[in-house]
Amino acid sequence: MDSVTLKKLKEKFSDSIVDTHSFRGDETATVKKEKIVDICKFLRDDNELLYNFMMDITAVDYYGREPRFEVVYHLYSLKYNRRVRIKVPVPESDCTVDSIISVWIGADWFEREAYDLYGIIFKGHPNLKRILLYEGFEGHPLRKDYPVKGRQPLIGPKN
Amino acid sequence: MEEGGTGMGIINSQQSAVGSLQSGEEQVLGSSVLLTKLDEIIGWGRKYSFFLYPFVTACCGMEFMSLAGPRYDLDRFGSALPRFSPRQADLLFVVGTISHKQAPILVKIYNQMTEPKWVFSFGVCATSGGFYDNYATVQGIDTLIPVDVYVPGCPPRPEMVIDGLLKLQQKVAKEKWSDWPRGEAPVTQNQNLKIKI
Repeated sequence: MDSVTLKKLKEKFSDSIVDTHSFRGDETATVKKEKIVDICKFLRDDNELLYNFMMDITAVDYYGREPRFEVVYHLYSLKYNRRVRIKVPVPESDCTVDSIISVWIGADWFEREAYDLYGIIFKGHPNLKRILLYEGFEGHPLRKDYPVKGRQPLIGPKN
Repeated sequence: MEEGGTGMGIINSQQSAVGSLQSGEEQVLGSSVLLTKLDEIIGWGRKYSFFLYPFVTACCGMEFMSLAGPRYDLDRFGSALPRFSPRQADLLFVVGTISHKQAPILVKIYNQMTEPKWVFSFGVCATSGGFYDNYATVQGIDTLIPVDVYVPGCPPRPEMVIDGLLKLQQKVAKEKWSDWPRGEAPVTQNQNLKIKI
């Protein structure tokens, strides 16, 4: 049974919702990446939803699957005490997704982290550079094809 | 602690090189004069007056605080005063995981300390990288700077650290003039040390 969130999302963005999932109040919507900013704005501003707290942005590498990556947004509504998870599949060939900084300014460092560790480009991000690793690091270490023993020390031996 | 020591281990005229003088000068001079070797008295002074620089990067820091606090009281061993400038410190406590991003900072801090200086590896992460065998973590700070005492443990018990400190004191007491200076860390010449951090 869909909650009000998934129901409203399906009504408003019927073309862009790829899949939804709901289990014991744990709700997920998989959406097309072209619409992510509009969907986020809607979730934030609709009076019955008011997801005003962007809790987390992360990414998953489903290596060997197409589309390979998924960017995952966790949202929380302080007003209604509700949570929703939005997933956006991102293919390796076009490894980009629109930045949602214009919706939640707090997305800034989360997007930088996902860029740093997964190499996903957030279009429209004002300062998309590495946040955890150092400049000069090659590759993105949380990708499944990053070698387990891939070491790039700034100084000292490669052990 | 040291063999036959009373805590004032320098003046043990039977063991020291000046022991042969006992029947001569010491008898004449009486107990108002102490004879010793310069190396030994300086080593003795150094080992009871460590000024630590706590390079605290991870959860071991909590354990370090309990160690420095009243219950375990590092002051009993003469290392009471943490200095937060490397220029004023002679014992570098590396407490916690060192990432590759931090490695240049650690080396810089080490090089800024005045000699003589010692390095104390606190916890298994500083010692060997611990279970962080991954792209981000330095596999032991001895790949970067010389280390005097390793205390593994995740985190080490305060008793272990105190034991390590006493072992370091024994080591310092035995040092000679010729052991110093040690010079800068071997990796200092690496060009990447000069990058913007």
